[in-house]
Amino acid sequence: MSAATRNVLLFAAVAGLIVLTGFTQSWNAALAIVNMGLISAVMALGVNISWGYAGLYNIGTMGFVALGGLATVLVATPPTEGAWRAGGFRIVAALVFGALVVAAAASLYRRLPKGGWRRSAALAAVLVVGFYVYRLVLDPAVAAVEAINPALQGNLGGLGLPVLLSWPVGGLLAAGAGWLIGKTALGLRSDYLAIATLGIAEIVIAVLKNEDWLDRGVKNIVDIPRPVPYEIDLQSSPAFVSFMSGIGADPGAASAIVVKLLYAGLFLAVLLSLLWLCEAALNSPWGRMMRAIRDNETAAAAMGKDVTSRHLQVFVLGCAVLGIAGAMMATLEGQLTPGAFQPLRFTFLVWVMVVVGGSGNNFGAVLGGVLVWYLWVQVEPWGNALMALATSGMADGSPLRQHLLDSAAQMRPLVMGVILILMLRFRPQGLIPGK
Amino acid sequence: MGFLDALVAFANYVLLPGITYGSQLALGALGATLVYGILRFSNFAHGDTMAFGTMATILATWGLQAMGVGLGPLPTALLALPAGILATVLFVLATDRLVYRTYRTRKVNSLTLVMVSLGVMFVMNGLVRIVIGVDDRQFADGARFVFTAAQFRAWTGLTESLALRTTQVVTVALTVLVVGWLHWFLQRTRTGKSMRAFSDNENLALLSGIDPERVVAIVWVLSAALATLAGVLYGLDKSFRPFTYFQLLLPVFAAAVVGGFGNPLGAVAGGFVIAFSEVFVTYSFKKVLGYLLPAAWQPEGLAQLLTTDYKVAVSFTVLVLVLLFRPTGIFRGKSA
Repeated sequence: MSAATRNVLLFAAVAGLIVLTGFTQSWNAALAIVNMGLISAVMALGVNISWGYAGLYNIGTMGFVALGGLATVLVATPPTEGAWRAGGFRIVAALVFGALVVAAAASLYRRLPKGGWRRSAALAAVLVVGFYVYRLVLDPAVAAVEAINPALQGNLGGLGLPVLLSWPVGGLLAAGAGWLIGKTALGLRSDYLAIATLGIAEIVIAVLKNEDWLDRGVKNIVDIPRPVPYEIDLQSSPAFVSFMSGIGADPGAASAIVVKLLYAGLFLAVLLSLLWLCEAALNSPWGRMMRAIRDNETAAAAMGKDVTSRHLQVFVLGCAVLGIAGAMMATLEGQLTPGAFQPLRFTFLVWVMVVVGGSGNNFGAVLGGVLVWYLWVQVEPWGNALMALATSGMADGSPLRQHLLDSAAQMRPLVMGVILILMLRFRPQGLIPGK
Repeated sequence: MGFLDALVAFANYVLLPGITYGSQLALGALGATLVYGILRFSNFAHGDTMAFGTMATILATWGLQAMGVGLGPLPTALLALPAGILATVLFVLATDRLVYRTYRTRKVNSLTLVMVSLGVMFVMNGLVRIVIGVDDRQFADGARFVFTAAQFRAWTGLTESLALRTTQVVTVALTVLVVGWLHWFLQRTRTGKSMRAFSDNENLALLSGIDPERVVAIVWVLSAALATLAGVLYGLDKSFRPFTYFQLLLPVFAAAVVGGFGNPLGAVAGGFVIAFSEVFVTYSFKKVLGYLLPAAWQPEGLAQLLTTDYKVAVSFTVLVLVLLFRPTGIFRGKSA
């Protein structure tokens, strides 16, 4: 069997699994898996760009996804009445000032002679005074913004633009953050880079959780506008109801499915264009250069390739794709919940997807994204069924049985870990190996 | 008495919590740094090893409590600790045999091992959640305080007060004992010396007839025991919740890297650096300044650098700064 046939069969098998879900559970559930599966595939594609093309170990996935989610809030939600006047401009001024202080400190660090107390004292003075002034400017403005209708708003709000615009903006936001991080951290050794990005992701989440003026923090942003019609609008549209009744479908159930299909169409369009771009890039001279750098940095540098700036470039591209995925996810969910971002789900699970699919191969990443997401969703009902079967011999009220049944929902990480370990052991190149 | 009051307030809210948390981080970082020194990879499963060890200890504690065995004023968990350590050591050794060993013989690069440790992390995380559940658990018993705030106030007559909790004393005492013993072990014993030789130069150590499998096994035993101890002490001091322990991985790594990854002495120092920067930056100094400054200079706000929610950000800012300006850590670590 040729590699191409096998790959087609693999994709067909995953599609088959999802169709099976449609028949055995519900089409609504199957389409929900498809939608998040497509978003997961975009995430896996993003990780694959920095890991598969360049061997950069970025485990800050969660942070970039969250930044993409933030973009939907900043672009699509309506602006809060009076918030900009109350303190918005002052907040922006404070942030710009803060950035200037850091830049000044960095330039002092470079200009002043190394060693000696002068440099340290000057740096400390700039940072301490700068921080004090920054808080002096920022704090009252933040208090003023957060005081506006705190039960529902209390943040600056967005621009009120179409939500689809936030997808590229999410990519840009994540790319900008990626550029800053790459500029500072890419010089680190591989596993230090991993630890640093893991930490930076936590910092991004901490900011999103606590800066209420930006995104209401843990109070969450709900009602992010949708790019597709609401179910309730479809149900009240006579044309839709008469059409669905005409083909013998229940308009209520059909509206949910139509909305999910519309989302799936949008996501699929994004995924396919990204996939096409990635494939074109990978097969271009640029892609060959990236693989050369990945396989032997020293040799590539000796051939005159600028390894550092190529690494930065590919890191930023990977972050941008993660940001797009984050914006798509926030759009699908219609809300931004910073408290829901957990590294197990948004960083390490994406890595499982890439490893299962095949690192270095774009199609592998997509396959892994959809397949692993399918498993992540389905392990829970399977775990429940398994536990119910295993404990069926026990007495009904037995506390052990109850405990086992309750904990079956926690089977997910266990199964993912076993999958990851088995893949790395027996098929480290993944289902669709990279070239 | 303003100065003494300021000192007592500072000790109660910054010094004592900092020392306790620092000890717990130091023990955790020691385990991670030993694995890094010998096996040469960052073990991402270390946080969940702490959770696993604590879970095993809690189960043993419940057993002891059910039998009515206790330690009087000390927490029963201390009596259950050997059982918890034993269970964790066995689990970790089994992981090494089943999962890690094959990669060692194949001499793969360290990133593959990091990936494998992610898999182990998932498995341990799932196991802990399945066995003990995801809820918050308090398992400290015995006397809660060595002396309470009211007692302290009665003795000294100060406005501010200081409470010393049993768990704080237990944490610091055990940390001093264990770190002292580990230092002696690594510096003086034959096994310890062979481990340091292996860490410095693997090939030379092999040529000198050091059995690599034995060294690796001892490292896993030490790291599992340290992780369990750190986890139990943290849980006694605060509480046990699987998700919190997973997040402890971050400050533990930060401590190990700040001290110089692979350097045991550095890990201890790093633990305290991270703990104190977290507590210091997020503590509101209004009270302390209130005693020290004349009324006219009183700060209006809380005099807090960052809100407590940014604790996790603090440890990582310190980490990133150290990595940027002194990549080998405060003490020189390994740069493999």
